Amino acid sequence: MMISVRDLHKSFGSVEVLKGIDAEIKEQEVVCVIGPSGSGKSTFLRCLNLLEEVTSGEVYIEGDNLTDPKININEVRSRVGMVFQHFNLFPHRTVLENITLGPIKVKGIKKKDAEEAALPLLEKVGLSDKADVYPESLSGGQKQRVAIARSLAMEPRIMLFDEPTSALDPELVGDVLEVMKDLAKEGMTMVVVTHEMGFAREVGDRVLFMDEGVIMEEDVPENLFGNPQNPRTQEFLSKVL
Amino acid sequence: MDFITESHYYRVMPMLFEGLVWTLLITGVGLIFGFILGAIFGFARLSKNKLIYGLATVYVEVVRGTPILAQILFIYFGLSDLMGVNIDKITASIIAIAINAGAYIAEIVRGAVYSIDKGQDEAGRSIGLTRNQTMRYIIWPQAFRRMIPPLGNQFVISLKDTSLFSVIAVGELLYMGQQYYGATFAAFEALTMVCIMYLVITVPTAVYLRRVERRLDV
Repeated sequence: MMISVRDLHKSFGSVEVLKGIDAEIKEQEVVCVIGPSGSGKSTFLRCLNLLEEVTSGEVYIEGDNLTDPKININEVRSRVGMVFQHFNLFPHRTVLENITLGPIKVKGIKKKDAEEAALPLLEKVGLSDKADVYPESLSGGQKQRVAIARSLAMEPRIMLFDEPTSALDPELVGDVLEVMKDLAKEGMTMVVVTHEMGFAREVGDRVLFMDEGVIMEEDVPENLFGNPQNPRTQEFLSKVL
Repeated sequence: MDFITESHYYRVMPMLFEGLVWTLLITGVGLIFGFILGAIFGFARLSKNKLIYGLATVYVEVVRGTPILAQILFIYFGLSDLMGVNIDKITASIIAIAINAGAYIAEIVRGAVYSIDKGQDEAGRSIGLTRNQTMRYIIWPQAFRRMIPPLGNQFVISLKDTSLFSVIAVGELLYMGQQYYGATFAAFEALTMVCIMYLVITVPTAVYLRRVERRLDV
């Protein structure tokens, strides 16, 4: 298993946001997480690289228990890419520097080699001509594609996407989804929190429906979208589809 | 030309230039140490460790809650008395500026670091950077840019504060002006020139800072 989650609980103060999540995600699997806002789906994703501290339960990434206090979390994170809703590019660094910072500082790769490795990534996300510009001059869709390239530069084993298209103008969503589709085809293990039901249906190997801090239902997309069993799932899908 | 060279406005200048050198030296060296103190205590104020946070808060509040004139007298007379040694006037002045500005700069540093979007930290950590690397390569460079206008403002404030050191007879700008009119009774001329000398430094600084601020806004 690439990712195993066992009885994961997460509270913010007295509010319990995750109320016992169990999940297994296999290598090369693309899992989409859907659900209403406030259902805990982003929190769940952020627990997978410990951006949120876990209250109780266990999270295993390639067999490493993240909740073990002795774990080198920085090393694990270098294997788990993360793409954020608001891109979080480094505004004081050029596109190329955004991409090469991780390889240079975390992996100790020489600057020249890191830059050479970054160029094919920029090509992959369709932004070869933007290497030397600063993020502020990019559109939202371009920023998000740079953010994906930045994560890929670490050669991650898993990619986490936290509502990657939610902050984008509708006409810019397509390019980002294309890049994600290509990644899925190449066999990247992906967990995608999304409101893009079309993407979940087309690209997802499995869809998790979350509500009120638990996984209410999970299935292959055809079944979950075509024939949902849980009344909450039915209600949610009737609103968004 | 004689009416110029013989006027008090002209004759006071050599003394004022000497005073200005000391004013700039005390301000400059004091602020270098003040920035170091400010960075240390600014980060301490961001610390989750209650003791570190508490100590830094006490420092900031004590300094900000007492007049700098009391602080310089405390350092120059009070500490000398306590330790039974004479502290050099210039050294005492530099220490006073450093400690005083350090408290204000600590708040500038804390505010600037705190103002950087949390997503920047998360993005850094998520590619595997350590906490320190994230601070050094991502948060600090962005925070430092935001510190430039308030630091420039602090420079102007500290520069003017050095005039208070005339009370312990430090030969800074205002003191030199006082010396001149003490001997010549030309108080109006001497103090006019003293003020012009301050303005020659402070006004261009303020103009420059406004320009930097506008650029950072964009």
